[in-house]
Amino acid sequence: MLGADILLNCLEAQGVEVVFGLPGGTVIPLYDRLKHFRIRHVLTKHEQGAAHAADGYARATGKVGVCFATSGPGATNLVTGIATANMDSIPMVCIMGQVVRELLGTDGFQEAHMSGVCQPISKHVYTVSDASQIPDVIEEAFFVAQNGRPGPVVIDIPKDVFSQDCQIAFDSGKVRNRIAVKYKPYQVNKEQVSKVAKLISEAKKPLLLIGGGVNNLQENQDIVFKIAKKADMPVSTTLMARGVFPNDNYYDLGMPGMHGTVVANYTVQHCDCLVAVGMRFDDRVTSVVSSFAPNAEHIVHVDIDPAEIGKTVASTLPIVADSNDFLTSLLENLSESKHSEWLAEVQEHRQEIKSPVGSVLPPKETVEWIDKSVDENTIIVTDVGQHQMWAALFMNPPKPRTFITSGGLGTMGYGFPASIGAQIAYPDKRVILITGDGSFQMCMQELAVLRKFKLPIKICLLNNGYLGMVHQWQQMFYEENYSETILDVGPDWDKLAAAYDLNYLRIDRLEQCDEKLTAALEDKEGWLIDFRIDQSANVYPMVPAGKGLDDIVVGE
Amino acid sequence: MKHTLAVLVENNPGVLAKVANLFSRRGYNIESLVVSDTEDKSISRMTIMVDGDEKIIEQVTKQLHKLVDVIKVNDLTYDETVRRQLLLVRVSADRENRGEIIQLMDIFRARIIDIGRRSLIIEATGDEEKIDAIIKSLQPFGVQEIVKTGISAMVRSPKDK
Repeated sequence: MLGADILLNCLEAQGVEVVFGLPGGTVIPLYDRLKHFRIRHVLTKHEQGAAHAADGYARATGKVGVCFATSGPGATNLVTGIATANMDSIPMVCIMGQVVRELLGTDGFQEAHMSGVCQPISKHVYTVSDASQIPDVIEEAFFVAQNGRPGPVVIDIPKDVFSQDCQIAFDSGKVRNRIAVKYKPYQVNKEQVSKVAKLISEAKKPLLLIGGGVNNLQENQDIVFKIAKKADMPVSTTLMARGVFPNDNYYDLGMPGMHGTVVANYTVQHCDCLVAVGMRFDDRVTSVVSSFAPNAEHIVHVDIDPAEIGKTVASTLPIVADSNDFLTSLLENLSESKHSEWLAEVQEHRQEIKSPVGSVLPPKETVEWIDKSVDENTIIVTDVGQHQMWAALFMNPPKPRTFITSGGLGTMGYGFPASIGAQIAYPDKRVILITGDGSFQMCMQELAVLRKFKLPIKICLLNNGYLGMVHQWQQMFYEENYSETILDVGPDWDKLAAAYDLNYLRIDRLEQCDEKLTAALEDKEGWLIDFRIDQSANVYPMVPAGKGLDDIVVGE
Repeated sequence: MKHTLAVLVENNPGVLAKVANLFSRRGYNIESLVVSDTEDKSISRMTIMVDGDEKIIEQVTKQLHKLVDVIKVNDLTYDETVRRQLLLVRVSADRENRGEIIQLMDIFRARIIDIGRRSLIIEATGDEEKIDAIIKSLQPFGVQEIVKTGISAMVRSPKDK
């Protein structure tokens, strides 16, 4: 059996239904065999698109996202996507071609040392040197990608290994015992859980802070809500956990951090017991660590990755556990308690953010309008920048896995291909992409994928002709020196939409947000909706870099 | 404080690069590093000396353990260990002071392994203190060249019955 057949058989055995990729010299023997398998291949126009699409697919489904690329430039084009997935702990398997074994290390045509390049930005890299290794490598790669703290795994395979004829059974892949032990699930320590339960009920001002690790279970929304109710305790969700807690209720504080809500940051700074689950105290959440949660006598930090415990914020009760197991166990052990005074204090700090007076198309109201079309069946995907923060602040993702965004790496260009991955995974769901004109132009070549597969993605372009977030920083901290952040010449957007058979709608004023817009958002076809938002609008709240969370600014 | 970490890794190409990468990426400084295969040819042992406070060492250990190729990480700092380093040093020596150097090296149980017209090469093993002492004692004669391996360390066997 050929190496390529072994590989594709193994992928099928892993339950892989979709692969995103782009062929090239070293993977021709792999693509040559593709038609004999049930795996669907989605051809992107650029490998970066393939990586982000596989990532979006993984975030939407919880399954492992898979992408293919050729050696050299194809593989290096995946790098941004791999680093993005790595920072947000997204399970992916990236299969890269490599030059033939004989040419390895000779600077052969399209050779790049990808195992070296990918090592610091992935969970693990496998280099295959013989086709007989493929079953074990694939089995272990999928195991490593999903177990412990999830992450992207890279497999580098020389071209001649794909065409190597090898006499082995293809379905006999094994995870080495050592690896199985390394990622053995942690048993939740009942004593620790009861300690946390006791801390919460005895605290005067408890706060539950949840992060991306809690996304992994759909039932978690219910569990976290029950915990909040039972303990009568406010809950804040980081950017990575938007959708994990039901929005707009008494306990929901929204997002903490640099662009977090006033109430979330107030609560972080005034709580006496902080229970952080499945999050890693990113600097965008903590701002200056030394002034983070100064009143918290107890900081409980629950994470599956021991290296995250104590990395930035010292905890008084560190717990290494799977967030899902911990939360389930916490709910069981929690006794009913009341924190009415604290919750009343918290409510006083809810603050409506006001758009600039006289704004014709204020981004906040625009995004809130789009949010009206969000239902249980909607997946929100964002790019990176101002629009991302507006979406995180003012939209209400209905469930876990319905707010897909590049958090840790902050990858502009991520959103559009990721929305393709989500829509491919769920053809019947409504995928709404919130993007900006800066981000969208980074990966808009993937419009061809929309056209080919007639994907009904609703591209909401928050178009302000700026690299908005950088522009905002230049305005606030660099004396309005708008160096290279003005995108005065972009494409003719309606012609761009027409070129790819996309419906186009332009919105210039808030009054134009009406039934026509709703109809577009709820249509069966794809739309490019061009919102010419107020150029002067900035993202607020904001905690300036180098300041503590107390120094929150809510407007100009 | 200096810590000595014994790290068992898979004997694969690229593992050394991964470990070195981890240290450089996280900004930890390797003082010395010794790598060799072990009684099991599929496993290599790295003895890494790293300087840092408890928090840094904890992070180094955890981050090392996150690497899939890393099998085990032991901090030997607080264990009873045998520690050895190999030193080769070329020192200026003529007929007049050669005898003096040889006598001196006898005290340290160091060996002369090469005699040239104007220099000697001396070989010595020992822990860091001994190696430092040897170098210091040779300095008045004129040290021309020093080659040292890093520290290798092994935990002492239990002495109780």
